[in-house]
Formats: sequence, C-alpha cells, structure tokens
Amino acid sequence: MPQQVTRLAVVFGILILALVLARSQLVPKTFGQAGHYRAAAVTEIAAAKIHYAGHEACAACHEDIAKTRSAGRHRNVACEVCHGPAADHVAAPTDVHPSAPKQRGRCPQCHGYDSARPTGFPQIDPVTHNPVRPCISCHQPHAPETPREPEACGACHGSIARTHAVSAHALIGCTRCHETDRRHKTTPLLIRPSKPASRAFCAGCHARDAGSPKEIPRVDVTTHGERYVCWQCHYPHFPEAK
Amino acid sequence: MKDADSDSIEDRRTFLQKALPAPVALLSLLQGQDRKAESKEESEPAYNPAEHYYGMGIDPGLCIGCGRCAEACKAENDVPREPFYFRTWIERYVVQTSGETVVTSPDGGIAGFSPVAEADVLRTFFVPKLCNHCANAPCVQVCPVGATFITPDGVVLVDKDYCIGCRYCIQACPYGARFLHPVTLTAEKCTFCYHRLVKGLVPACVEVCPTQARIFGDLRQRRSPLHRFMRFNKIQVLKPHLNAEPKVFYANLDGEVK
Ligand code: HEC
Ligand code: HEC
Ligand code: HEC
Ligand code: HEC
Ligand code: HEC
Ligand code: HEC
Ligand code: HEC
Ligand code: HEC
Repeated sequence: MPQQVTRLAVVFGILILALVLARSQLVPKTFGQAGHYRAAAVTEIAAAKIHYAGHEACAACHEDIAKTRSAGRHRNVACEVCHGPAADHVAAPTDVHPSAPKQRGRCPQCHGYDSARPTGFPQIDPVTHNPVRPCISCHQPHAPETPREPEACGACHGSIARTHAVSAHALIGCTRCHETDRRHKTTPLLIRPSKPASRAFCAGCHARDAGSPKEIPRVDVTTHGERYVCWQCHYPHFPEAK
Repeated sequence: MKDADSDSIEDRRTFLQKALPAPVALLSLLQGQDRKAESKEESEPAYNPAEHYYGMGIDPGLCIGCGRCAEACKAENDVPREPFYFRTWIERYVVQTSGETVVTSPDGGIAGFSPVAEADVLRTFFVPKLCNHCANAPCVQVCPVGATFITPDGVVLVDKDYCIGCRYCIQACPYGARFLHPVTLTAEKCTFCYHRLVKGLVPACVEVCPTQARIFGDLRQRRSPLHRFMRFNKIQVLKPHLNAEPKVFYANLDGEVK
C-alpha cells in the first residue's frame, strides 16, 4: 500500500475516533431513550415545585370551612383563589400563614360588572355598591349570601337590564314578560323564569285590535313577519323597527 | 420518511452541539456514564405516562374573565411578572354592530378589563387561551435540537437545559403560546402543569377557575370529565385548517375567535 494512503487512513481514523468520542460526550445521556429528546428533561420538569396545594388539601385541616364552602355559592371557588398559593402553608401550617383578602379590592375581580360576563353571573358596580365598607362585613366569604334578596334582576342580568333601560320597552318590567318565582334569585339554575312562548304574547299589546294604550305602535299580526316569532326579528330587550 | 427526517435533524443538532464551548465536554467526561440511572420510571414509580393522554376543554360561555387562571399560572410556574409573558391568558372579544371585532387582553387579563363601551355592541365574551398541546405540533417539528417534544401522555414540553434559544418554535406556533424567557433566554410555554399531573393534581388554572370554564381530563379515560364535556358540547379547535391537531377543545366557539 502506498505510504500516503496509510498516513491518510491514520489521520482519518483519528478524526473519526475523535468525532465518535466527541459525539458520545456531547449528546446527553438520556437523549433518544424515549424519543428525539432528552428523557431526563421530563423527570426534571415533573420535579418542579408545587405552589397550589389544591382545595382537597385544605379540607384535611380546615374541615369546618371546607364544609361551609361546599354548601354555599362559592362551592366552586377554590380556597387558594382568595388565599393565594398555600402549598408552603400545608407543609408547615404554623410557620407560613396564607393571607386573607379582607379588602374590597379582591372580590370585584370576579364580581365587578362587565357586559362580557355571561348573563346570570352576580355582578355589582364596586364604586356604587355599598361603598367603603369591606365586602366581608356583609357577605361571608366562604358561603356568601346576599343579606336580602336582590331587588333588581340587573344584579345578575346587568347587561340585559342596561340595554332594556334605554329601549322602547324600558317601562315594561322584566316580570311582565318573564314570570319569575322568587326562588330564581337564590337558586337561579334550578328555578327558571318563563319566557314568552308565542306571537300572541306580543300581539297582546301590538295587535291592531289590542286593548293597550293607543300610543303603542300597531302591526297586523296575521301578516306581519308571519312565519317567525316576533323576537326572531326584534330583540325584545331593545326592539327596533328600523 | 420519519427516519430520514430525524437523521437530518440529528446532524444539525450535532453541528450546533459542537459549536458549544468544549469545557462542557470535559466536564461530562469526568462524570459516570450510567444511562439507566436517569430513566424517568425510577423517580416517579407510581406514575405511568403511557396510561394517560391529556387534553383540556374550555367553555367560553362560562368564562367570567376574572383572570385568576393567568394569575395562578404565573405563581405556579414562576412565569416572569412583566405583562408580556404568559403561559395562559384571557382575551375579551367585542363584536360591534358595524361588524368590526375588537380583541383585547391587557396584561393577559390578570388585572381585569376596563368596561366595554356598551353602545353598538352586538355581542361580547371572554376566551381563555393557552398552548394547545398539538398532537402534530409545528413547534416540535421545527426545533433544530430536539429541545421541545411530545411526551407519551400528550404534553408538549420544553427542555430548558437543551434549548438553544433560536426562537424557531416561537415563530412556528400558530397560537402565540410561546415566549422567550427573559433570564434563561430559552423558550417557555404551558406544560399543563406537568409537575402537578404526575402527582394527580389538575393544572393550577383549572384548580382556580371559579366557574368550571376550564375542564381538564384524560382522553384515554371514559370516566374523565373531559369525555363528558366532549359528549355534550359542540366542539371546535382553534385554526383547525392547520392540521396541528390541537388538544385544547372549545365548546360552542364563536366564529370570530381565531
Ligand atoms: C396540616 C393542616 C393544615 C392544612 C392542610 C392547611 N392548613 Fe391552614 N391552617 C392550619 C393551622 C394549624 C392554622 C393556624 C395557624 C396559626 O394560627 O399559627 C391555619 C391557618 C390558616 C389561615 C389563617 C391564617 C391567619 O393568618 O389567620 C388560612 C387563611 C389558612 N390556614 C388557609 C389554608 C388553605 C387555603 C389551605 C389549603 C391550601 C390550608 N390552610 C391547609 C393548618 C392547616
Ligand atoms: C372568596 C374568597 C375566599 C375563598 C374561596 C376562601 N376564603 Fe378563607 N377567607 C377569606 C376571607 C376574606 C377571610 C377573612 C375573613 C375574616 O377575617 O373575617 C378568610 C379567612 C379564612 C381563614 C381564617 C379565619 C377563619 O374564619 O377561621 C381560614 C382558616 C380560611 N379562610 C380557610 C379557607 C379555606 C380552607 C378555604 C377553602 C375551603 C377558603 N378559606 C376559601 C376568603 C376566602
Ligand atoms: C374567583 C372568583 C370569585 C371571587 C374572587 C369571589 N367570588 Fe363571589 N362568587 C363567585 C362565583 C363563581 C359565585 C357563584 C355564582 C353562581 O352561582 O352563579 C359567587 C357568588 C357570590 C355571591 C352570591 C350572589 C347571589 O346572588 O347570591 C356573593 C354575595 C358573592 N359571591 C360575594 C363575594 C365576595 C364578598 C367576595 C370577596 C370576599 C367574592 N364573592 C369573591 C366567584 C367569586
Ligand atoms: C353594607 C353591606 C354590603 C356591603 C359592604 C357589600 N354588599 Fe354586596 N350586597 C349587599 C346586599 C344587601 C345585597 C342584596 C341586595 C342588592 O342587590 O343590593 C348585596 C348583593 C351583592 C351581590 C349579588 C348581586 C346583587 O347586586 O344583588 C354581590 C355579587 C355582592 N353583593 C358583592 C359584593 C362585593 C364584591 C362587595 C365589596 C366590593 C359587597 N358586595 C359589599 C350588601 C353589601
Ligand atoms: C342571583 C342571580 C340572578 C338574579 C337576581 C336573577 N337571575 Fe335570572 N338567571 C340567573 C342565572 C344564573 C340564569 C341562567 C343563565 C344560563 O342559563 O346561562 C338565569 C336565567 C334567566 C332567564 C333565562 C331562563 C331560560 O330558561 O333561558 C330569564 C328569563 C331570567 N333569568 C330572568 C330573570 C328575571 C326577570 C329576574 C328578576 C326578577 C332575574 N332573572 C333575576 C341568575 C339570576
Ligand atoms: C317585552 C318582553 C320582555 C321584557 C320586558 C323582558 N324580556 Fe327578557 N326575554 C323576552 C323574550 C321574548 C326572550 C326570548 C328571547 C329569545 O329567545 O330570543 C327573553 C329572554 C331573556 C333571557 C334569556 C337570555 C337571553 O339573553 O336571551 C333573559 C336572561 C332575560 N330575558 C332577562 C330579562 C330581564 C332581566 C329583563 C328586565 C331587565 C327582561 N328580560 C325583560 C322578553 C322580554
Ligand atoms: C305591555 C305591552 C307591550 C308588550 C307585551 C310588548 N310591547 Fe313592544 N312596545 C310597547 C311599547 C309601550 C312600545 C313603545 C311605544 C313608543 O315608542 O312610545 C313598544 C315598542 C315596540 C317596538 C317598536 C320600537 C320602535 O323603535 O318603534 C317593537 C318592534 C316592539 N315593541 C316589539 C315587541 C315585541 C317583539 C314584543 C314581544 C316580545 C313586544 N313588543 C311586547 C309595549 C309592549
Ligand atoms: C320577519 C321579521 C319580523 C318579524 C317576525 C316581526 N317583525 Fe315587526 N317589524 C319588522 C320590520 C322589518 C319592521 C319595520 C318595517 C315595517 O313597519 O314593516 C317591523 C316593525 C314593527 C313594529 C313597529 C311598527 C311601527 O309602525 O312603528 C312593531 C310594533 C312590530 N314590528 C311588532 C312586531 C310583533 C308584535 C311581531 C310578532 C307578532 C313582529 N313584529 C314580528 C320585522 C319583523
């Protein structure tokens, strides 16, 4: 074999060896074990510290409060939403104390009025709703109740109430169109108000021959928009004739 | 096809690896080579990833936009507090009678939203967002080094010690779910709180959601709440045309939501 070939072979051999060696060192140990990634990374991520202990954990020691909460309207509101992450407290209850939000600021995060919130969710205007005094002076935070039943339907249907208030129907009370059992205000999902069911309902005021005040605009209900119920074209909380 | 792909990725990775400073190599030379010692079964014997396949259900109709999920996510995962880093966030959609849609998410919704100007609003609602943990994840496909990957239980994770901070995945994510951590300069995203899952807890955002707008569950288990969620709702995923096969399922999603 010519000398230059052997020399080259040696050089290549060394290079390849160096490459193999470098590769075995540079590629992390667990790379490729479970897929095209470092399997150890999963273990590392799984070992991250937990901050939120979860509401089940609290119940072990605060049984009374957990019970109160699960019977009230805040049953789905986790303890740590209000008290902050408390895993450290669970680990060392007497050394680490979670904060308790007593100020007015916290509750409106959920209860402040915003029309984007779904209808039926209890909302207040934090500025005008019994100002200054802390919310918890009237509402028990773990099982909140309203000291008296809300008068206005707008307490939970704020967006509808506001729309209705500036509409042509402003003077027609909600309960004229929705027969509402009082219990709807305390157990809204179980007891539901009625809703108008037929064209005849609107016709009661708007038909040509209806015995309603004469300033109310009339339509011929047998032909006007016949195939549809009225509220398929006119939003009942803000009826428009344009 | 798959093999050819991973080979060429391997080459790129080796190249990038070699560009790293040599001292790292020396250090690891000094360490033992026992491959088995790091296998994941050892540290978490009770948890078997093969038994699970996670997904999340979101019902925007229940979301009150309180932002507690975004807050809890930051606290649970030590996400930087600055208002532009989020693993999950809330958007408020305001569809106006003119047809225009205004989407806002000030500080991810953590500090709440300023009231909607109510004139000319056709409809308005909140939509929680997060990493969709796609089964066919674009971010995983573009990662040049194999630092982001899908676990057997269906969670897309980032290996922060292996990430080179090239930002490809941030570009590739159709949902804007990734960001570059300002300190480590590596890619970051939602992990479905993987460290909680392996211990049988739900993700922090699900734990704190007061209206059950977020449902977490296991797609492999019929008894999972997610299964019920998918049975009773009309389910939609975000940007289905991209074929990324997202595993965050939205109930009765508004057509304006992108
Ligand atoms: C291992 C038992 C234990 C568990 C679990 C536990 N706590 Fe406590 N908690 C205590 C004790 C004991 C105190 C009274 C501490 C003291 O007065 O020094 C306390 C006090 C509190 C206080 C009042 C603090 C104060 O300053 O008055 C709050 C709020 C609280 N716990 C919330 C929680 C929450 C939320 C959880 C669930 C994440 C939880 N706890 C889980 C034992 C526990
Ligand atoms: C809606 C917010 C909210 C939720 C949810 C909540 N708390 Fe509280 N909690 C408060 C507030 C506000 C106080 C302070 C009450 C006071 O000082 O009168 C408080 C006080 C406490 C205290 C100390 C005072 C006391 O009454 O003994 C404990 C302990 C406590 N909470 C535990 C819990 C646990 C456990 C849960 C979950 C089962 C929970 N809290 C859920 C708001 C909340
Ligand atoms: C994380 C969100 C959240 C926070 C924070 C919160 N709440 Fe609630 N609140 C709820 C939910 C959810 C309901 C149940 C609504 C329902 O049943 O539709 C509720 C119900 C109520 C009700 C019952 C309303 C009714 O019409 O009967 C009152 C009162 C109330 N909360 C007061 C408070 C007060 C006071 C605080 C502050 C200590 C507070 N909430 C903090 C989510 C929250
Ligand atoms: C002076 C006592 C008092 C204080 C303080 C108070 N509330 Fe109320 N709250 C009431 C009464 C009474 C009602 C029921 C009647 C009504 O609608 O006004 C009520 C009703 C509510 C409701 C149900 C919706 C509604 O409008 O009826 C919510 C939610 C609520 N309050 C939250 C809060 C929050 C949050 C705070 C603190 C920012 C707070 N309250 C402070 C007395 C109080
Ligand atoms: C305590 C809060 C609360 C108050 C006060 C309240 N509602 Fe409701 N209302 C709800 C909830 C929650 C729903 C269910 C919303 C849903 O299904 O998404 C609801 C639903 C309704 C519905 C729809 C029923 C259906 O079957 O679709 C009507 C109509 C209604 N309410 C009318 C009223 C009227 C009228 C008043 C005042 C007399 C009133 N509500 C007061 C919480 C409330
Ligand atoms: C002129 C009659 C009328 C009045 C007044 C009225 N409603 Fe309605 N409401 C209706 C009709 C009709 C529907 C059914 C609408 C539909 O299905 O498209 C309805 C539906 C609803 C619903 C179901 C959810 C929704 O948005 O469709 C709620 C909640 C409601 N009304 C609350 C109220 C409240 C609160 C008031 C008072 C502020 C009120 N309504 C006043 C006729 C009325
Ligand atoms: C209690 C009687 C009453 C009932 C029931 C009633 N309305 Fe009206 N409606 C009125 C009054 C009063 C006006 C306002 C007249 C005015 O502008 O002075 C009105 C106005 C209207 C207008 C015209 C608005 C405009 O801009 O000119 C429409 C459309 C309308 N109602 C539709 C309905 C529909 C649909 C229903 C059934 C869901 C209904 N109304 C039920 C009393 C009623
Ligand atoms: C197919 C859609 C449609 C339906 C269904 C419909 N309307 Fe109308 N309505 C209109 C339109 C369009 C106008 C305005 C043009 C006109 O006057 O015909 C109007 C106008 C009105 C007006 C105002 C008339 C005026 O003189 O100012 C009233 C009141 C009214 N409708 C009531 C009703 C009632 C009550 C029903 C159910 C019996 C109903 N509408 C069903 C489309 C509809």
